[in-house]
Amino acid sequence: MLLDIRNLKVEARGEDGWTPILHGVDLQLDRGEVVGLIGESGAGKSTLGVASMGYAAPGLRFAGGEVLLDGTDLLKLPPARRRPFRGHRIAYVAQSAAASFNPAWRLLTQFTEGPLIHGTATRAESEAFARDLYARMNLPDPDNFGLRYPHQVSGGQLQRAMVAMAMACRPELIVFDEPTTALDVTTQVSVLAAIRESVRDFNLAAIYITHDLAVVAQMADRIKVMRHGREVEEAPTRQMLEAPEEDYTRSLWAVRSFRRPPRVLPEDEVPALRASGVTAGYDRGGDVLRDVSFEVPHGSTVAVVGESGSGKSTTARVITGLLPPRLGQVALNGQLLPPRLADRTREQLRSVQMIYQMADTALNPRQTIRQILSRPLSFYRRLSGKAREARLRQLMEQIELEPNLFLGRLPGELSGGQKQRIGIARALAAEPDFIICDEVTSALDQLVAEGILRLLSRLQDETGVSYMFITHDLATVRAIADRVVVMQHGRVVDSGTTSEVLDRPRHPYTAELLASVPEADPDWLTRRIAEGAG
Amino acid sequence: MSAAQGHPLRRMILRRLLIGLFTLFVISVLVFLAVSLLPGDIAQQVLGQAATPETVAAFRRELGLDEPLIQRYISWIGGVLTGDFGRSLANGRPVAELLAGRLGNTMFLATYAAVIAVPFAVLIGLLAALWRGGWFDRTANVLTLTAISFPEFFIAYILMYWLSVRLGLFPSIADPGASPSLGDMITRAFLPALTLVLVVTAHMMRMTRAAVVNVLGAPYIAMARLKGASPWRVITWHALPNALAPIINVIALNVAWLIAGVVIVEVVFVYPGLGQLMVDSVTNRDIPVVQACALIFAAVYILLNLLADVLAIATNPRLLHPR
Repeated sequence: MLLDIRNLKVEARGEDGWTPILHGVDLQLDRGEVVGLIGESGAGKSTLGVASMGYAAPGLRFAGGEVLLDGTDLLKLPPARRRPFRGHRIAYVAQSAAASFNPAWRLLTQFTEGPLIHGTATRAESEAFARDLYARMNLPDPDNFGLRYPHQVSGGQLQRAMVAMAMACRPELIVFDEPTTALDVTTQVSVLAAIRESVRDFNLAAIYITHDLAVVAQMADRIKVMRHGREVEEAPTRQMLEAPEEDYTRSLWAVRSFRRPPRVLPEDEVPALRASGVTAGYDRGGDVLRDVSFEVPHGSTVAVVGESGSGKSTTARVITGLLPPRLGQVALNGQLLPPRLADRTREQLRSVQMIYQMADTALNPRQTIRQILSRPLSFYRRLSGKAREARLRQLMEQIELEPNLFLGRLPGELSGGQKQRIGIARALAAEPDFIICDEVTSALDQLVAEGILRLLSRLQDETGVSYMFITHDLATVRAIADRVVVMQHGRVVDSGTTSEVLDRPRHPYTAELLASVPEADPDWLTRRIAEGAG
Repeated sequence: MSAAQGHPLRRMILRRLLIGLFTLFVISVLVFLAVSLLPGDIAQQVLGQAATPETVAAFRRELGLDEPLIQRYISWIGGVLTGDFGRSLANGRPVAELLAGRLGNTMFLATYAAVIAVPFAVLIGLLAALWRGGWFDRTANVLTLTAISFPEFFIAYILMYWLSVRLGLFPSIADPGASPSLGDMITRAFLPALTLVLVVTAHMMRMTRAAVVNVLGAPYIAMARLKGASPWRVITWHALPNALAPIINVIALNVAWLIAGVVIVEVVFVYPGLGQLMVDSVTNRDIPVVQACALIFAAVYILLNLLADVLAIATNPRLLHPR
């Protein structure tokens, strides 16, 4: 037994003393074995993961239990004697490599830091090993790759560089904490492949943390489901996928089955929104969008899909007027929209609204929900006093939040899903014709995201608003979209109804996107690699 | 892409330099106007009430005061640009000559204080960040705040009383006299330098601590801890390089103050620096000297802030190594 965590309890510092967030969890791991931890955010997965390194994040403390590594209880050691284990015998791969690499140092310098601290290799040996690992990870120009700074490298490459860095001291155990969550599907495949290969080649034990069932199915020998700081159940991967015992596990498994009932859309001459021949770019840079044209029919949802950098968000900026296009135009209900935000009338501003990916940063943390929602009501609808209060309550009921409970609260007192609902209500308050949803569910857990998708569908049925739905998640597209626009390198490469585009992909890029979406089948990644992906 | 490398930085430095020059120009106008608009007639003030109107008029002509303002400004700034600051009204010596010795003394004292204060403040700030919330952090905070809360002349007299009068370790009068040795200068300027160190340390130490602590929440700091880096290494190697910009800015402001703001300390310790010269010249209505001092102080502030900006950019790899 390499790792044996027994009855581990962790507490978090709150306003009134310490509250437990891990209520006595066990975890056993043999050499060369991979265990997957799955559950929604707040389940305690990451806390348990880093606890295996004898580490508690600032604001957390160990309140009981044992963390035995090869029989040594890390929790009984003083901090200075825990450090020799970290990075040396147990290493960590973080969710966002972009944030977890130090921006001030070259990648190679950060790679050799661990070996030099722990004295496992000389600088020259360590650098040679780094080049070897960079090559194994299929990183470009492995001999010089390490000389770059983190900001000079793409997200997927950075994540692979972080996996390489974790192996710098040849550890026995690596904790992977959502290593692909921030990546889009095509990039994710290559990182997953790199991780699985290195785990095998170096006979590593691993703890793989994720909220994506399909991903964990590829990586883990065993899966442990967690919720609210407790273990729900644990079983070998295939058994867990085929026959989960607990209701909660089954609900996690069922999330991806949400499909909006098919609808018949009214045929109309003039679409809600038409972008024609839009070419746009930033400052003196090259064109980010090239000749982008598409339509959003009234009352419909059009999903815009593509990997990061494909121009999805830039398209949104052109439509909202934040980025005037170099060529082409945007028409709303047949009327041309002025290219610059400053030239648009209040009525035109009202008719196009936006919901953002990060509800956290899109809501003013110092304003109450009432203040946040009152602003568009006064500005666009010129409501005040009782009429505004009545509309506020109506809006809150539309987004299924109790007005009396929530109107007086600050965004910080709300959960991620609730904050996103406020973002939706703020857009709705203007009674717009057209809403741009920019990755609105990608920061949310699957259960919560599903609730948001159901809400958006219902609101569309009730109000007839049209959505442009920017996403890189094809499951979301299938769940909600009537039509799909596929973008790559700033161009529209394919478009049509959802079933036309996704069921029989006509464009090779669409096919690649589709094939990159992990399936809850443990053999999926193996097949993908065999097919030549990554 | 590679052809454009380094360009953003160079362009930025060039732009800052131009802005700095423009600021200096605006300041020269302001200084000139402020001095010209002082109440009373300078010639009258210098010559005294007993002077006859003819003598005053002749003196005015000699000073060029009868010419229009713009012409006087142009001839003054023209002289400054060629290194001629005019002659002192008090003793008729060239202002440049007067300034040269004084500027050297001021720079010596400022360097003396900065060489002690900057590393000291940064070290204390880093240690306070390392042991934040502990007794060291709290003690350092209380002591540095106390030091900054007292007026500098008070600190100066306290130091003078204990270290000079009671213990007799250092002289209370810092005037180095004619051609002193370096060792002499260091001993004699010790008390004013120590006073200045006590005054500027708090600000730099607190900014160092705040900037470093601010970075400690970043994911790459957690990553460093999980790689097994010691707390001191986390602070100095992982946090400090990413917290340099605000620290450098505060250091620059304080060093500028050490050069341009030490009038009181110079007066208390009878140290022959620029500040003292400026105070004396204001009392004597020695206008050319006052203008020259004001311009030098302004240039010091602008140069040091420019240097801070450039250093802050140069320590940011995103700007130094573009994609």
